Amino acid sequence: MEILGYPFVQNALLAGILAALASGIIGSLVVVNRMVFLAGGIAHAAYGGVGLAFYMGWPVLPSVLGFSLANSVVMGILTRQRFERTDTIIGVIWALGMALGIVLIDLTPGYNVDLMSFLFGSILAVSTQDLMLMGILDLILTASVLLLYRLLLAQSYDREFLAARGVNTTVLHLFLMALMAASVVMTIRITGLVLVMALFTMAPYMAEKWTGSLMSMMIVAAALNTLFVTAGIALACMFNLTSGATIILVAACFFLLTRLPFPVKRVKGRAAQAPRGAKAG
Amino acid sequence: MAPVIEIHDLSFSFNGHPVLSGVELSIEAQDFVAVIGPNGGGKTTLIKLMLGLYQPDSGWIRILGQEPKRACRRIGYMPQYATGEKGFPIRVLDVVLMGRISGTSLGICWGRRDRQKAMECLELVGMADARDRLVGSLSGGQLQRVLLARALVSEPEILFLDEPMANIDMGGQGILFDLLAELNRKMTILLVTHDIGLISRHIKSIVCVNERVFFHNAAELKPEMLETLGLSGESCPVEMIAHGVPHRVLKRHNADTDGRRQEKRDESYQSRRGQR
Repeated sequence: MEILGYPFVQNALLAGILAALASGIIGSLVVVNRMVFLAGGIAHAAYGGVGLAFYMGWPVLPSVLGFSLANSVVMGILTRQRFERTDTIIGVIWALGMALGIVLIDLTPGYNVDLMSFLFGSILAVSTQDLMLMGILDLILTASVLLLYRLLLAQSYDREFLAARGVNTTVLHLFLMALMAASVVMTIRITGLVLVMALFTMAPYMAEKWTGSLMSMMIVAAALNTLFVTAGIALACMFNLTSGATIILVAACFFLLTRLPFPVKRVKGRAAQAPRGAKAG
Repeated sequence: MAPVIEIHDLSFSFNGHPVLSGVELSIEAQDFVAVIGPNGGGKTTLIKLMLGLYQPDSGWIRILGQEPKRACRRIGYMPQYATGEKGFPIRVLDVVLMGRISGTSLGICWGRRDRQKAMECLELVGMADARDRLVGSLSGGQLQRVLLARALVSEPEILFLDEPMANIDMGGQGILFDLLAELNRKMTILLVTHDIGLISRHIKSIVCVNERVFFHNAAELKPEMLETLGLSGESCPVEMIAHGVPHRVLKRHNADTDGRRQEKRDESYQSRRGQR
């Protein structure tokens, strides 16, 4: 417990919790919109932003944020019509972003030992500025999701119906992409770009099974992610392991436990009740 | 009185393939229209054009005297199938409330008036008891009725229903048609169906869509007319419409250039139905 006295551990825990909240909320939207692959593309392509920051000598997190936001708008425009080759385009941008990052870092003179930490996370690297940026992003993310909740819900459930009600679904799609980009940036320090997907998928997927609304799914997913991140960081400190990977192993263990074939309490209404309403049908 | 739907010289193509061309259509208030035609004939496309979801290549559409984009909130729309998947965490009441959404629906909660209206519509379709059930647990027919409630909850002046009878058994279809006939007193209804066996006696006119669009008004469907054919109109107008010659009650589409094509199509309809 004395380890909690170190400022870097406190920073890491705080950053972890901030990232867990963002990835629980946005991850839920990603899962219900079936945009997991798209989120993966944004996360990996964000490495281009890391390369750019090093090459230009800019601060890393704000640069990655700017790069990812721009990238998310491009991807959003390319994927707004759900035509057949959407996944191929995501694959192209996914690889392009990473390649750009690697070449830019090659071109940067000097010592580049820090790079692995952006791919796999490093809790030692969390600075106070990072924490402030993450806090602000968390506030913006939460506030905008609360503000647009009903529209985002309708967009996720039946986009065409929302369009038929006269709502501009393309703008909403682009906004959702931007939210994804921002939350990817939050998790760079904690799990790294490569492992972000775990926080985006596992907790929301578990939460979806246990809840009856998108709102409660987001809350449960954020809570689960907080649990995974806290436990993961604690274990990483105790056994001197890589934080990101430890967090994900904790999450995966929990995930597998809930998938074991013992009876899990089901949500009211989730159970089969088909015969009930059949009288008039 | 001005027609509620007016389409003039409309053409629309998809990736260079013409889907609809030279469409002229005028539908009066309080009409109950069945939109029929083969699969891929452009029925759903026509509905989506009228909702402003697609833009026509040429020609224009006026709904209640306005552009489709402006009028879309005065239309109730029930899509062919909900795109939402089975596992989506959403309850019946929340799906119905979605029918009242607009670009200014900010915040988390719906107002009391919205909820009240949603419950009324659920009662109307006989799904009030299911308000808190997850949508994924509903049967196809139940989901269909919830989506109808969603289309009605905005108190529309026109109702567009795309294949509302799919997933519903014969008894249910009768009940649903009675409900629609009731609603028809207040609103114009357009009902798309690919199954021409499903034309109910409540239908007042028929629109045939197969790239071109033909309108057959109420006069062509008068019960007396059916009786002169030696059939009792009340019991089954369906038979006559479906089987064409010698029971044909609709006039032949009068575009001469299309006459041969249309005839061929009618034949293929019949042979397909015969195979069933």
